[in-house]
Parts: sequence; C-alpha cells; structure tokens
Amino acid sequence: MQNLLEQIQAAQLWDFPGGIHPPTRKALTSKKSIAKLALADRLYIPLRQHIGVAGQCLVKKGDFVLKGQALSLADSSMSIPVHAPTSGLILAVEDHTSPHPSALPEPTIVLEPDGLDEWREREPLDHLTCSLPQLLERIQESGIAGMGGAGFPTHLKSAIKQEVECLIINGVECEPYISADDALMQEEATTIVKGIDILCQLLNPKIVLIGIEDDKPDAIAAMQAACKQRDHYFIRVIPTKYPSGGEKQLIQVLTNKEVPAGRRPIDIGMVMFNIGTSFAIAQAVLDDIPLISRIVTVAGDTLTQAQNMLVPIGTPVSALLNACGFQPQAQQRVIMGGPMMGFTLPDLSVPVIKTTNCILAPTYQELPPARQEMDCIRCTACADACPASLLPQQLLWYSKAKDSAKLEEYNLFDCIECGACAYVCPSEIPLVQYYRVAKADSRQQQREALQAEQAKARFEARKARLEAEKQERQQRHEQLAEERAAKQASGSSDAVAEALARVKAKQQDAPTDRETIKAERERLKQQARAKQAAQTDMPPDGEAKSPIASEVSTAKEPADPRKAAIAAAIARAKAKKDAQSATTSDEVVSSTPAEPADPRKAAIAAAIARAKAKKDAQAAAPDEAVSSTSAEQTETPEPTDPRKAAIAAAIARAKAKKQKDTETK
Amino acid sequence: MMVIIALLALGALALIFGAILGYASIRFRVESDPLVEQIDDILPQTQCGQCGYPGCRPYAEAIANGDAINKCPPGGDTAIRKLADLMGVEAKPLDAAQQESEKKVAYIREDECIGCTKCIQACPVDAIVGATRQMHTVIVDECTGCDLCVDPCPVDCIDMLPIPETPERWKWDLDRIPVRVVGAD
Amino acid sequence: MSFRIASSPHQHSQKTTSQLMLWVAGAALPAIAVQSYLFGYGVLIQLMLAISTAWACEALILAMRQKTILPRLRDHSALVTGLLLAVSIPPYAPWWLIIIGTAFAIIMVKQLYGGLGFNIFNPAMAAYVLLLIAFPVQMTQWLPPTTLQTYDLSLLDAVCAVFTQYSCQGYSIQQLQMGIDGMTMATPLDTARTDLTMGLTLPESFEKPIFSQGAGSGWLWLNVAWLLGGLVLIQQRVIQWRIPLSVLGSLALCSLIAWSINPDIHLSPIFQLFSGASMLAAFFIATDPVSASTTLKGRIYYGILIGVLVFCIRTYGGYPDAFAFAVLLANMAVPLIDYYTRPRTYGHKVKKGLL
Repeated sequence: MQNLLEQIQAAQLWDFPGGIHPPTRKALTSKKSIAKLALADRLYIPLRQHIGVAGQCLVKKGDFVLKGQALSLADSSMSIPVHAPTSGLILAVEDHTSPHPSALPEPTIVLEPDGLDEWREREPLDHLTCSLPQLLERIQESGIAGMGGAGFPTHLKSAIKQEVECLIINGVECEPYISADDALMQEEATTIVKGIDILCQLLNPKIVLIGIEDDKPDAIAAMQAACKQRDHYFIRVIPTKYPSGGEKQLIQVLTNKEVPAGRRPIDIGMVMFNIGTSFAIAQAVLDDIPLISRIVTVAGDTLTQAQNMLVPIGTPVSALLNACGFQPQAQQRVIMGGPMMGFTLPDLSVPVIKTTNCILAPTYQELPPARQEMDCIRCTACADACPASLLPQQLLWYSKAKDSAKLEEYNLFDCIECGACAYVCPSEIPLVQYYRVAKADSRQQQREALQAEQAKARFEARKARLEAEKQERQQRHEQLAEERAAKQASGSSDAVAEALARVKAKQQDAPTDRETIKAERERLKQQARAKQAAQTDMPPDGEAKSPIASEVSTAKEPADPRKAAIAAAIARAKAKKDAQSATTSDEVVSSTPAEPADPRKAAIAAAIARAKAKKDAQAAAPDEAVSSTSAEQTETPEPTDPRKAAIAAAIARAKAKKQKDTETK
Repeated sequence: MMVIIALLALGALALIFGAILGYASIRFRVESDPLVEQIDDILPQTQCGQCGYPGCRPYAEAIANGDAINKCPPGGDTAIRKLADLMGVEAKPLDAAQQESEKKVAYIREDECIGCTKCIQACPVDAIVGATRQMHTVIVDECTGCDLCVDPCPVDCIDMLPIPETPERWKWDLDRIPVRVVGAD
Repeated sequence: MSFRIASSPHQHSQKTTSQLMLWVAGAALPAIAVQSYLFGYGVLIQLMLAISTAWACEALILAMRQKTILPRLRDHSALVTGLLLAVSIPPYAPWWLIIIGTAFAIIMVKQLYGGLGFNIFNPAMAAYVLLLIAFPVQMTQWLPPTTLQTYDLSLLDAVCAVFTQYSCQGYSIQQLQMGIDGMTMATPLDTARTDLTMGLTLPESFEKPIFSQGAGSGWLWLNVAWLLGGLVLIQQRVIQWRIPLSVLGSLALCSLIAWSINPDIHLSPIFQLFSGASMLAAFFIATDPVSASTTLKGRIYYGILIGVLVFCIRTYGGYPDAFAFAVLLANMAVPLIDYYTRPRTYGHKVKKGLL
C-alpha cells in the first residue's frame, strides 16, 4: 500500500461528503485587473479586526499620523495592532457600527486623510538572514490576521512548536462571486510565493500544498510559474464544489485526513494559511508594509462596474460601491462577504477591515430573498449537502425545542455554518440562523452554569467564613465570661483595685502610644510626599487614572479579566487617593488657595447631592422635610475641602434617605 | 387443609420474591444525588433571596419539602421547566409579582462611595471589594445581579445596569439591528 | 433608501417543496392513465373526490389551527396524499369510502400530529389500513380489468357505480365483478392466495384468465407505469434510489429464495414485483420523506424492512397485498433506525493514521 505522503505527492485528491454547486458568477470580476480605490474622506479603523483582544489605542483626537504608523499597541499575544492606511489627522476615537453581523458599535479610530499619503520610515528585512523571533515580531507588529475570513492572528499560527508535516495554502475561494484571491494570484504570484517561503522558514514543513479550484485557470498558471524552482511546493487543482475552501474540508480534499473534533489542524501536523495572508506576510517582512490595504471583490448587478479593488482598510463600504456605479433598489441588500456566509449591513458607513473579502450588492432578480419559511418535510436534502455529515433536520428540530443536551449529542458545534443546508432546503428554512441562535444560547448557558457554580462556591465560602467568625466571637465571649467568673471566685474585692491599676497603667502607656502614632503618621506623610514627587509629571486628577490603571493591568497578566478589573479598581482608588492627598498636602505646604480641579468637582458632586436630597425629601414629605433639609443645607458651609464636601453631601443624602424611609413608614 | 397449603405456598413465594427484591435493591443500587442537591444544581445560584429564602440552597430544601417551584425570577422559565421535570409537577408560570427581567449587575458610582462597607456585608457572594472609609467596587464577573446591595447603601451610589452587549455575546437577533434609513438619492 | 437585514445564505437553489410535490404528482400521471384505461373512469372519479376532500380538510384544520392557509395548501402535500390514496382503493368503491379515508389521512394522521413534517405515519397508508379493516368488503371489490369485464362501463355508469353502487343498467358491483368466465374476479394476488387456501397449486391457479399476462393481466402494465414514474423521480432527484431499490431488492430476494424452494406454493419474484401495489409503494409511498428514515444507511434498512414485511405478509399473513401494513410498521421503526444509523460527523471517531 502506498504511504499517505506518497499518495499526496502523487497528486491524489480525495473528496468530502456533501457540498453544493451554486452558480459561481466569478467571471464578472476575475478577468479584470485590480483597480485601485481613491482615498475616502474618512477612514474608520476599528481597534479590533481579528479574533482576540483589541490592542491599546495609542492615538487621540487631534493627533497627526503617518501612513503605516501603528495606531494601537499589541500588549498581549492575542492582540495585534492596527495601522494608519494613509497619513492624516485623527478626528476621533469613538464607537462606530462594527463590520460584524450584529452591527454593534465598537471602538473605532476615525482618520481624515491629508491626501499626501506620507509614509513613516520603513525598515525592510531580509528574511534569510534574520532570526525567527524577529520575523514573528514583524508579523505581529504588522497586524496580520488570517485574511480568509476568520481573522486569527497570524503570528500565533506561525509560531507553532509542533512538527509541521504539511503547510497548506488556501487559494480555493469557493464562495460564489468572490475572486479577490484569484485576482491576487494572477497579479502577485511571485510575492505570494515569497510569503510562502517565509512561512516555510518559520514552520519548516515537509511539503507545501497550494489548493486552487479548477475554475481559476489563470491563477493556477501564474502560481505554477512562480513555484517552478521550488520542488516541495505542489499546486493542487481541486474540483469546484462549495465549501471546499473551508479549512477542514480542504484538508480532507488534499490529504484525506480529518481534524479531530475540538482540535486544531496542527494536531494532525497541518497548518493552513490564506493566499492573502501569505501576500501580507511577504509585504510586511520584505517591504515593511503593514496590513493597511487589501483586495476586495465588489460585485452584484446593482453595480455598473463590478471589479476587484485594492482598498485601504477602514474605507467605508459606501465609497467602494459608489466607485463601482452603485444604483440601489428599494430595500437594497448590501452583503459583506459572499452570498453563502456573508452578512447584511444596516448602513454603509461600515468600514472594510482585514477580513473583508467581498462586498455584494445584488438585485432581487439575481439573489431573490428567502420567501416564507415552510414546514420541514424531512427530505434530508440538507443532510446530503452537509460537509460535516451532520443531520441538519434533527438539529433544526432540537434548536426549535431548545434542547441543548440533544443538540450537543447531534454535534451542533461541529457545524461550520457554511449554509449549504439552507441553500438546498426546499422549504427555505434559514437553518444556519437557527443553529447560530442555538449556539449562542448554548454558549450563554455554559457561561451561566459556570457563573452559578462560582457563585455557589463563593456563597458557601462566605457562609463558612461568617460561621467561623461567629463561633470565634462566641468562644471569646465564653472565655471572657469564664475569666470573669474565675476572678469573681478568687475574690471580688481585688477586682476594683485591679481595674484601677489597669487604668493607671494605661494612662502611663498612653503618652508613649501617642508618640509612636505621631511618628508613624509622620513617616506615612513622608512616604506620600515621596510618591507624589515621583508622580509630579502626572496630571493630578482624572487623567492620572487611566495610565496608572493600565500600568497596573499590564503588569499583572491582563489575560485574566477579573484580576485586571480588580487591579484597575485598585489603581483607580489609588489614583483618587493620591490626587486627594496631593491637594491636601498642597494646602498644608503652601496654604495658598491653589484650588485645582478637584474642589470644583466636589462642589458639583455636592450640588448634585443637594438636588437629589431635595428631590427625595420633596417626594417623601412635602412640608416638614423641606424645612429640615434646607436648614441642613444652609448650615453646610461652602465646600472648600473636597473631602469634607463629599462627606457633607453624603451625610445629606443619607439623612434625606432616612427621612424618606421614616416618611414611607 | 387446602387453604393452609395455599397460604403456605403464597407465603413462601412472597418470602422468596421479597428476598430477591431486597437483594436486588442492594446489589443494583443507583447512586444518585439527594434531591436537594439536584434542585440546588438547577437554581441559578444568584443567592438573591427573591424567593423569600436566604439563598438558593434553603429554597432548594423548601422545594424538596413541597414549596412551589415558581418563585425564582433569575432562573426564569428555563429553571421552572427543569424543576417541573425533576419534581414531576406541572410547570407554572413565574409568580406574578416576580417577573423575569434582563440580567443586570451592580455598579458602584465610585465618586460617591463613602466606604461604609454596608454593601459588602449585604453581598451574598463576596463580589464587592473595599474597606472601611475606602472606595468600594464590584467585581462585575462575580456579581449575580441579586440587587441585595442596593438597599443598604446609605448614599444610593449603587446602580443595577444591564450587561452591555458585545459581538461575542450577541445572540443573532437580526430583527433588533437598527437599520439606518437614508433619504433616497 | 433603507437596507434589508437577512441571514446568510443569501443564495438558494430554486427547488421548492411545492415543486417536489408537483413532480411526484406529475410522475404519477402515466400510471393513473394506465389505471383508468384498465379499470375505467372510476379511477378518475375517486381521484377527484380524494383531492377535493384533501384540500377541504387541510384548509379546515389549518383555519382551526390559525395558520396561513394558502401558502400551506400550495405546498401540494395534501394533493399527493389524496392522489396516493385514490389510486390505492378499488375504482368503484362507494364514494363515502374515499371521503372517510382522505379525511382521516389529512385530519387524524397528518394535521393532528402537527401538520406537514410532523406525522410519523404515512397518511395515505394509514387511511388505507383504516378502510381495509373497517370496510373489508368495499375495499376488496376490484373489478377485473376492462378486457376481462363482462359489461362495459360508460362514464355515466362509473358515476352511478361510485355513488349508488349500481350501474345505470342496474347491475350491482358484485355483478360487475363477474369476469368473462362467469366467476367473481379479484386481484391476481387475491386470487392466488384464495386458490392456495383451497388446495390448488399455483401453476393450477395460473390457468385462470386473470393471470393471462405473467403477473396478472393489466396489473403488469400498471406496475410498469409506476416504475417509469419512479425512475423519472429518481432522475429528477426528487427521491433517492436507496429506498425503492432496497424495497424491491429485498422483496425479490425473499421471493426468489422461497420460489426456488417450492414454486408450487410460492409466487415468482417477477410476479411479486409486478403485481399489486409493488411499484407504487416502492417509488411513491415508501419514499414519502416525512415518514421514512432520514439517514442514508437508515433508508436502506427501512427499505429492506418493508420488502421483507411485504413478502411475509403476502405469504403468511391474512391479507393479499401488504404494502400498507409493511409501510406503517416500518414507519414505527424509523426513530429507532434513525438513531442507530446516524452518520459519523466530521472529526468524530477518526481512525488514527499517521501521515
């Protein structure tokens, strides 16, 4: 029998179960050369464009940035930075509709291009001479995430320590309409191959398989020409079938192996990268161009000129569509991604990000919207189309019943949401939507179960602690009672004398005590001063908070959000205390009314408190309360010391509340 | 005579079967959680006391002793359904007074906190950190949203806020996406 | 301008449920034509009664369940149910028989289980069994094929026969059943089984005119027509080959074994396959997606079960044809079959093998 590796080398291909053959409609865009899109008026750059954690924003409103300058800092391994796609002015860092199916607002940097397109300094590397950590660092710093759609940080994937049998480059691009990778392969095959060279250097695979669907003859030819000198690179032309571009499906087609459920491809010795990703790696390493633009297929019959475009990241979708002659219909659908897995956009200011490969604006005739959902007739066309060999009709049934145990039994989480089932469903049931909701529910349930478990543990721990404290108290009481009893038994006359003696002794001790306390206080004060001196360059109040907070949180493993939250809170408290001690010591030292921002804030707080107290009082007791509280208010002196003011306000609030309570009673 | 034989035969049979059953019940015993444990596992462990019991476990014990299963607002319909399954009773809707609401967590407006520690004492899951005359804060991930800390606060600086929705937690509710309507151009 | 939010996929194949159902109805046309030619206009009258009853019942129950009526009627599943029941019963059965049957199929078997997609039994077959047990006489009064009939029946005669059980000349159904040999005729399967119980061997029985063409005069052609329709359905990917093939294969195999042991008391495989409702059931009834098994392997087991059951009931049971019983019994086994034939999900229980 032939060894599997030999079979693979002998160009044998396999098949995966299911799959569909939707009309591809790629010819409209794949034959044209890539157009370059002019800069838009505004670029919206979301801080997070990948799977993982957003980097820390480095710019603020009014900053001027150069092209390629990092706008955020990757402060953990799961985060990657974003870069300025062109030079210009930062208008804001604010929440903006995210390029996500939910369209929930996410923190976004708004950049106004200055039109000069001025580069920062660049330092190209020679990948043959530099070290692997250097390469990985460059990849992370260039903000490269998987460009096939998932957006997994590339530096993590390429830093794998396990032995890699097979590096797979995914040029399949199986979704209809999309031809971005096709166009890239046609025009930039040599750069792509250089990127693959760098990946080989990082991963050291035995063979490299480049999978391309057979409906892209030009791309295949270009890649074959570019790979000519490399004899362990194999171009594999695979039959067109959706979804052969899925990671798991492509592995199955090329190597006849399955990624075990819940594991990653590397566990069977495979790593897969997208064509676009390898291009981005080559650019980042060889030319020091971070990931600031990408190829996007703009297609659909509402456009007069469908084409592939090189688009700066952050360009709003409206700019792309308008450049292609967009003539929208009523109730137009604009889809980000392909027709099978893409999502519709609620408005066109959503930007193109690193994972956006297609913008689709179809007419109704072209892609008729789903009609009324009918009953499932259990025809199992969906099961026949499922590439993961699931039973979609059973999953639908259990999704509707919200039976999470059964859903797990029928492997809902192995669904890759490719949409083949919903495509073939004669009853036009939006199956994938049901699964997504079921998955989200299931995740939520898991989270809640975990939380409940923790809450229970904490509740029990608290109960035990309270119980222990109570027992301790009781023990002490008993002990004291015993002692007292013993003393009484030994002779009650001594007791008075003893007490007197104790008092005397205390009086004698007292002065020394007081002195030590004084000394201690002095020492603390000095410490505080020293600390203040160390932080003189920091602004006194609110602004001091965030840097300290971030300092603390970065120092303390931000991986655990809970810890980070506590740390942040501690930092906030510290900052506040520092600020307050700063103002008080200021007063002590100079006694001039320096009056920093703090008292004003305190005054505002007091005013709010007053207003609140008044309102509460009015609500509770129209007559009496007003008089009493107003008397109280007039008595309160104008707050100069912020702490005093805050306390006064708090007292006022407390009083008002109490009054209200008594009133209601 | 016949009667005696019949009685003896039946008695012997009864003895034999009784012995077999008794042996089987020991030999094939199924170890299962006591009922209270199973009920407690279904309850959401918010320890909020909205059921009228001081915590989830006391309520679990009460249910095991025959209390109604519909007194737990944080658990909602899901918990009621599971409890009904477990107890073999009809699932009832939530008590009219206790409507299920959006899950919220407590936030302390830190500028206004006076450090009285009252909320810390009230919190059933130790999710508030702070000390006397120091600012307090809520560990959001540990907060069960029971709102037991809100009332004791003398300065009303605790808010119950809904957990903000993030793309990760989003539940694919496509109907709720706000579509921006732009004038026809 | 506003935008429309929709969930992916945004592309659909254009094959809909109602189209599938229409294909099934269309593929039945040649067989209906043959049946009408063989047995007269009664077939068409029954069809009309059945389909209109089916529609009426469906609409009624949908209205009572407060569901949208028109879109659900347009899925044409009621049409197919009525059609299949109408072609299964004797063409000159009294009119109320088909109405009771169809109403039972739609209301009790389909809608009360939750409507299309939720019924565990095949509605047409469940109704057929109900009628067969409740009205055995009416359900067995098959006339001989027209070529063997003593009397010719006009359209008017057919209407009279269905609605009054007497032709216009006043012949009763029993008289009409009389063949040219002066004997009351039944279906070939029925005749064969009656003769066996009377002590005749099959070769002796086959002397009778009803067996003139191999598998029984006329019935052969009817089954060929159903076969053709079924092949069209397979070619159009409306049904899959698994169920028909395993039904017919297992039936043929069982009868082949029995026949080669003793041809005197067992029917030949050809006779089994081309008589009674064999082809109709294999291609149009057993393949009903709602009540059939849903897994690839399960469908084969399901088909085999039906085939074996049919053979057993035809050979050892009390009824001449057995498809209705076999299909219902197999329907009952479907959840079990489905559960144990679930396909292996990608990435689960992968065999270990190194590259």
